[in-house]
Amino acid sequence: MENFEPKIVGFLCNWCSYRAADLAGSARIKYPPNVRVIRVMCSGRVDPAFVLKAFSMGADGVMVAGCHPGECHYIEQNYKAMRRFYMLKQTLVAMGLEPQRFELVWASAAEGQQLAEAIERMTDNVRRLGPLRWAENWADDPQREEALQHIVKEHEEALEVIS
Amino acid sequence: MAERVGIYVCHCGSNIAGMIDVEEVARWAGQSIKDVVVSRDYKFMCSSLGQKLIEDDIREQGLTRVVVAACSPHLHEKTFRRACQNAGLNQYLCQMTNIREHVSWVSTDRQKATEKAKALVAAAAERVKHQRPLEQGFVKVNPATLVIGGGIAGLQATLELADAGYPVYLVEREPSIGGHMAQFDKTFPTLDCSACILTPKMSEVGQHENVKMFTYAEVEEVSGSVGCFKVKIRQKARHVIFEKCTGCGICVEKCPRKVVDNVFEAGMGYRKAIYTPFPQAVPRTPVIDTANCTWFTRGKCQVCSKVCPTQAIDYDQKDEIIQIEVGNIIVATGWKLFDCTRIPQYGYGRLANVFTNMEFERMCNAAGPTGGKIVLRDGKTEPRRIAIIHCVGSRDVRHNQYCSAVCCMAALKFGHLVLEKTKAEVYSFYIDMRTPMKDYEEFYQRLLEEGMHFVRGKVAEVTDAARLPDEQGSLIVQVEDTLLGTQRRIPVDMVVLMAALEPQADAKELGLKLGISCSMAGWYTERHPKLDPVATMTDGVFVAGACQGPKDIPASVAQGAAAAARVAGMITAGKVTIEPIIASIDEQKCSGCRICNNLCPYNAIEYDEEKGVSRVVAAMCKGCGTCVSACPANAITGAHFSNEQIAAELEGILWDAIADGRPASAAPDGSKAPQSTPVGAA
Amino acid sequence: MKYAYYPGCSLECNAAAYDMSVREVADLLGIRLQEIDDWNCCGATEYFSQDELTATAVIARNLALVDPQLKQVVAPCAACYLNLKKTDRLMAEHADFNQKVNEALAAGGLHYRPGTVQVRHMLDVICDDIGEAAVRDKVVKPLNGLRVAPYYGCQVVRPYPGDENPEYPMKMDHLLSWLGAEVVDYPVKAHCCGGHMTQISEPQAFELIRRLLQSAQDYDADLIVCMCPMCQLNLDGYQGRVNGYFNTEFKLPIVYFTQIMGIAFGLDPKKLGFGKELVAALPVVRAKVNGLAAQAAQ
Repeated sequence: MENFEPKIVGFLCNWCSYRAADLAGSARIKYPPNVRVIRVMCSGRVDPAFVLKAFSMGADGVMVAGCHPGECHYIEQNYKAMRRFYMLKQTLVAMGLEPQRFELVWASAAEGQQLAEAIERMTDNVRRLGPLRWAENWADDPQREEALQHIVKEHEEALEVIS
Repeated sequence: MAERVGIYVCHCGSNIAGMIDVEEVARWAGQSIKDVVVSRDYKFMCSSLGQKLIEDDIREQGLTRVVVAACSPHLHEKTFRRACQNAGLNQYLCQMTNIREHVSWVSTDRQKATEKAKALVAAAAERVKHQRPLEQGFVKVNPATLVIGGGIAGLQATLELADAGYPVYLVEREPSIGGHMAQFDKTFPTLDCSACILTPKMSEVGQHENVKMFTYAEVEEVSGSVGCFKVKIRQKARHVIFEKCTGCGICVEKCPRKVVDNVFEAGMGYRKAIYTPFPQAVPRTPVIDTANCTWFTRGKCQVCSKVCPTQAIDYDQKDEIIQIEVGNIIVATGWKLFDCTRIPQYGYGRLANVFTNMEFERMCNAAGPTGGKIVLRDGKTEPRRIAIIHCVGSRDVRHNQYCSAVCCMAALKFGHLVLEKTKAEVYSFYIDMRTPMKDYEEFYQRLLEEGMHFVRGKVAEVTDAARLPDEQGSLIVQVEDTLLGTQRRIPVDMVVLMAALEPQADAKELGLKLGISCSMAGWYTERHPKLDPVATMTDGVFVAGACQGPKDIPASVAQGAAAAARVAGMITAGKVTIEPIIASIDEQKCSGCRICNNLCPYNAIEYDEEKGVSRVVAAMCKGCGTCVSACPANAITGAHFSNEQIAAELEGILWDAIADGRPASAAPDGSKAPQSTPVGAA
Repeated sequence: MKYAYYPGCSLECNAAAYDMSVREVADLLGIRLQEIDDWNCCGATEYFSQDELTATAVIARNLALVDPQLKQVVAPCAACYLNLKKTDRLMAEHADFNQKVNEALAAGGLHYRPGTVQVRHMLDVICDDIGEAAVRDKVVKPLNGLRVAPYYGCQVVRPYPGDENPEYPMKMDHLLSWLGAEVVDYPVKAHCCGGHMTQISEPQAFELIRRLLQSAQDYDADLIVCMCPMCQLNLDGYQGRVNGYFNTEFKLPIVYFTQIMGIAFGLDPKKLGFGKELVAALPVVRAKVNGLAAQAAQ
């Protein structure tokens, strides 16, 4: 699987992260072509069903990107996106998905560079994992418990940033 | 009936064509995507010829949907929507996909970039088939404007609009308008007297026929949206009848109760329990501070009532809620001072002769508590050496990362006043000297010449723990002089802390009422930091002055005027268009679970008790779609971002993975290169 | 409440008074301390600058030995506290390093997963876990009239200050006020005592010690309470040398905060280790605390 190019779906919010991607373009920042963007008005619009659908249709990874906590165009809807994200991620990981395949990124409209880096990081991670082989992964993963705990911890830390 | 889709791939000169094989993308789309009847590439789609291409195809080929693969929709969505509209196609049946910023400009591999562009085109094509025609709404703009905050930014905005002939409601929390500027003595760098330039503006506002002023009042509730906001204002009880009071001031004079004035005098002076904050206050009507008035606290006194020649005192007055309607709102709520006790090593509150910048402002002011004399806390001793410490609470990751923008210049102003008024030596302890505006650097040079001492370094501590005999009885400023590369201890008599400007404590709360957001630091977020600095993400709400970020008087005035100009533009246009991208609830499907009700930050979802269903108030919905994705019954539809549209977009964007036959369970085989499977068939 | 207890080497000899008073006070407050079985030296401040990996492994061994039933370890000594905490953080933040340390531990049949044991200082446990009400409840001889200068030193508040302001910590100030003492708010309470500087350059070390004593004296402190054996040693043990060097006449007793707590709780001074300090503290305490002198006479 040397030439494996992962297909990653990126749900980007209209106000911050989509504009961050625009900015990365205007600044001619280079990053891998693996993330394909779907624009939504707000990260809060990302229905968990979209994520499941993406994976079921063959996406190797899904990225959700929104405005930084406290900077949501819709005041606080990215918090709701965040809660959903961690809940969904925990479920998916418990069901055998490698945690690196589903990521949440905050990128303000000024953070083209940061978004590009996040895309590069995620692409590398998913490329290393190879294509999504959920059926084979269903077997017990010794590190799953640790990964789940890590997600809980990450969520707690994210909540701290908010409060 | 199948849709007839037209696809237009832009070269953008070589901007796109240089990295993407646009001919191949257009050819592929025409062959492979279901329902595509026209697929073209063109040098510059946004040119008038490019637009004409689309318009002609709509007319001649009977296109029912249009996809433009070009630059960011934030740049040209309007252009192509207009082109469709011109040819009689509803503008919401046009979809743009971004193959420039998101593909050609960020890619290095032509083949991979072309593949990505194909996926994006497929996504847009699949999506556009599910798009529905939508109509933009219009709202008439009420010509009245609400200005929140009567500091210099708010006053400027008020005057601009009032002078243009439009009615303005001005709400100020304190008993008088004027804001922080009224507290200052001199203004940098020209050193003109703050009161001399501010008070004429204050009285102009106070007397303006187009201005209705509410002082000692706060915004209680805001509903509605651009063009027609409904605002509830709480007029706090003054206990002085506004209409009867002549402002003669005899009540203030006779009031026996003295109170430390922590607001206007920054704790340096006193006021009475019935008071106007300062002599030039507008309005002149005093207020009774019920927490300190002896009548209110102990049931005795009533002196003010006895001496009032017009019987204007009313102890029973209650808060009043006033409702107004306005078309636009300008927020100019300003800033508050950083609490210096949060940096205990600087000794504020513990060491008597450590002052804040606002205390020092009042001390320098001829009308202030010391009559303009610079003296120690004992009220009489003139200091021989004064230290001014910059960046207290600013540019400090432990407190505020930002630069407070005004402190360097204010410190220079203080230095000048010290040298002018006393024989003291004055030291500035700065990290970087920031003097970027007109005539500011010149002022710094002037202070260098006047003999102010400058030490570059962040002060470690201010202490009274003397180590050497000549330090006894002094405050010692311990600092690393980064220019000399050495630790220094400088004994002084007085220390002035240039405390940071911070967002108002209730900025977030007011932001929630108005539907505008704050940055991480707590300042209101403008629509665009460079190109739209006074608008906010909420239409009809504008920001001006320091509530948007620390700024000095000239910048605040400029923003006040800019916000007023934007509002005047709205009023002149008379109406605003409303995006139809909003949510709606299918009552047949709604179970009345009310999960969506609390998700909406705009309270746009109301619950119909009788029918047991929730309903979206269209005028208040901003279209974020959070409720759509939360509805367990799929009863909510987000116009232009419906589940079907996004699902179709997903199918398009993953067309190659689907064609690969590689859904989650199958073992993958990446070697298969899909070529021409019809996407829409999936 | 039960905690693992890491006394550290100092508390076995020169800071025996600290160990005694910690155990007495903990006992009275219902803090159950279970000494780590077979603990070893934390390497103090020096070892880290010699060889980080070995130093960390030596400390991590103690964390690995903590009874798995217990989630927290208490260290009264500031250096021990910091070393244990720093080790846990280093291992948590650097996966490669963590692996190496655990390889070393594996040689002794041990393993430590960073984050499993929370490292706490005694002051922290008393102030946060026990709290004001429970402490006040135990006070039988309020320290009214005694002017106490709290001395925090460096290592408990830096670089991991928790919710304290490292430049001006307040926890011990609060605790002392609960005991009824007059807390001296003097400006150098978190300045350095010099640590091991006495072994390197006496003039430098003496000057650092002098500043602390001078400031406490300027603010009319009757005694200084500290929470670190090194601080106590420098301020108390070197006080005579400092006096000789600067021609000063400091006579400030230096005790541990748990010792003074014990007095307020009415415990036997001998069991609290009073008398082990060089500048005698008990006479000062008896003379200043209202009513205590009379009691002592009986």
